[in-house]
Amino acid sequence: MNAGSLPRWVVALAAVGGLFVVLPVVALALRVDWARFVPLVTSDSAQAALLLSLRTSLTATALCVLVGVPMALVLARTAFRGQRLVRSLVLLPLVLPPVVGGIALLYTFGRRGLLGSSLSAAGIDIAFSTAAVVMSQAFVALPFLVLSLEGALRSVGTRYEAVGSTLGAGRWTVLRRITLPLVLPALVSGAVLSFARALGEFGATLTFAGSLEGTTRTLPLEVYLQRETDPDAAVALSLILVVVAVAVVGVAHRVRPLGSTAPSSPRPVREVR
Amino acid sequence: MGLAFSATLAARGFDVSFELAPGETLAVLGPNGAGKSTLLTLLAGLLDPTSGRATLDGAVLFDVGAGRRLVTEPRHRGVALLAQEALLFPHLTALENVAFGPRSRGEHRAAARARALDWLGRVGVEDLARRRPAELSGGQAQRVAIARALAADPSLLLLDEPLAALDVAVAPAVRTLLREVLTGRSAVIVTHDPLDAFLLADRVLILDGGRIVESGATAEVLTRPVTAFGARLAGLNLVHGRATASGFAADNGLEVPSAAPLPADRRLALTVRPGSVTVSRSPDTPPGTSRVGAEVDDVEHRGDVVRVHAAGLVADVAPADVVALGITPGMRLFVGFRHEDASIYPL
Repeated sequence: MNAGSLPRWVVALAAVGGLFVVLPVVALALRVDWARFVPLVTSDSAQAALLLSLRTSLTATALCVLVGVPMALVLARTAFRGQRLVRSLVLLPLVLPPVVGGIALLYTFGRRGLLGSSLSAAGIDIAFSTAAVVMSQAFVALPFLVLSLEGALRSVGTRYEAVGSTLGAGRWTVLRRITLPLVLPALVSGAVLSFARALGEFGATLTFAGSLEGTTRTLPLEVYLQRETDPDAAVALSLILVVVAVAVVGVAHRVRPLGSTAPSSPRPVREVR
Repeated sequence: MGLAFSATLAARGFDVSFELAPGETLAVLGPNGAGKSTLLTLLAGLLDPTSGRATLDGAVLFDVGAGRRLVTEPRHRGVALLAQEALLFPHLTALENVAFGPRSRGEHRAAARARALDWLGRVGVEDLARRRPAELSGGQAQRVAIARALAADPSLLLLDEPLAALDVAVAPAVRTLLREVLTGRSAVIVTHDPLDAFLLADRVLILDGGRIVESGATAEVLTRPVTAFGARLAGLNLVHGRATASGFAADNGLEVPSAAPLPADRRLALTVRPGSVTVSRSPDTPPGTSRVGAEVDDVEHRGDVVRVHAAGLVADVAPADVVALGITPGMRLFVGFRHEDASIYPL
């Protein structure tokens, strides 16, 4: 690496920043009680939390893809009044404190919430269930997918789609055979980021879903709980989340758009990196 | 039958009408912003006109006006677009790109692939069928794009500066290929390159400011241009003027006698090749020639001649003569030509 073109103090500050990010992770790894590592991460409560986290995060990611792809398409390919406002609102969960998101969800889907009271009358209780976990995770993870996909759709442009339609392809064919394949790398990295965000969700989950073992106590909640009673278990479980996070960053960073050398959606991907 | 087109687009001051017989190729030329690309996007259906009507082989492309609004979707128009860039779908192989049109029209996979392979063969890149667009050169990609456009079996082929992005080394070969595939096919080609009009088009349409300023058979436009743009295309000097008792008086002061009577009530055009225009320091006018004094506006080097601009004319002068006469911008001299080298016709 050639640092010659930059003032030295810039390089020094960059090094400080890098250490600030890396050092805590190293400290965590150093604190792991390797002798008890396997028993700690395979205890009943740890297993339950891990399985619940994987299940709910995958479901939340699927949910994000299901509604996030249409949202990104509408934002990138249509023009309507108030579109900028809608885009800002969609991004709200990104900047909202998760605990506030949890409270908002509670007053929407909780027993006495906006929709929850009607749902409750129909015999459906969402709050403090596994469904509530999935909804909390999807709520905070959705903007990641929408943002990265919308950016990719805009940078790909509509020229290929125009060619496709002049060649006789209908809207569905254009979407299926041209638009989506072109943004597939961004879709994959967006989904991976959403999954990571869902896996790490804490505040909204605790507020809206509570912390019931096997039902709503996901891995981050388990880590927080174990920290009180068995710090070694908390550290071991944290390390698992770190490994998953590193893997996610690796995948999200590796996926590049077709025929380009830049990351598929520079904004959100770089933030995570 | 063929193409009948008439459309306005208020936002761009566009108002153009023309007809094209089946199997003819029309070259559309004009300065930047003249409305050439607008014309293509209207035909392709990527843009809707403010008003107008177009039919292709009897089928309505659009019919928009007071109380009626019929706009056929791009995919049902039978119009294929070939752009400056090949715009091959980057995630599909060359073969899959060419098979896209037939597949979209409901042809079965095997039949579509067979047709695609046939077209790749016809444009001379059969051996590249399995390559992705990223693995093709510019010329190869444009050949595949031509095959893709033609495999969709369009009634009308639109070409938007198809050679502009190509290397000068490969453009001639692709132009030859276009000449082959355009024979007997209805096509509209937008171009900056006069050569495309000469070699590919039966008819020429010159646009300026969203209007047609000149149109006709290619040969006619090239021998009798009526606009400055058309004259430049034809490589001719054009001066406007009127009839006098003895012949023709140009707006720049030139007078040319004419044996045949000229129509007195119409504006006239005089054209003469730059190579036939001579310059001299003396005002002497030999019999059978006309001369006019003027200041030299500009002098530019062009291949093996020096082009001298004066009195609204250009003269191609041998470099040695430029030195002998000491021609520089701003000096006064006399430009003229022999009467037999000029042709005069009504606008």
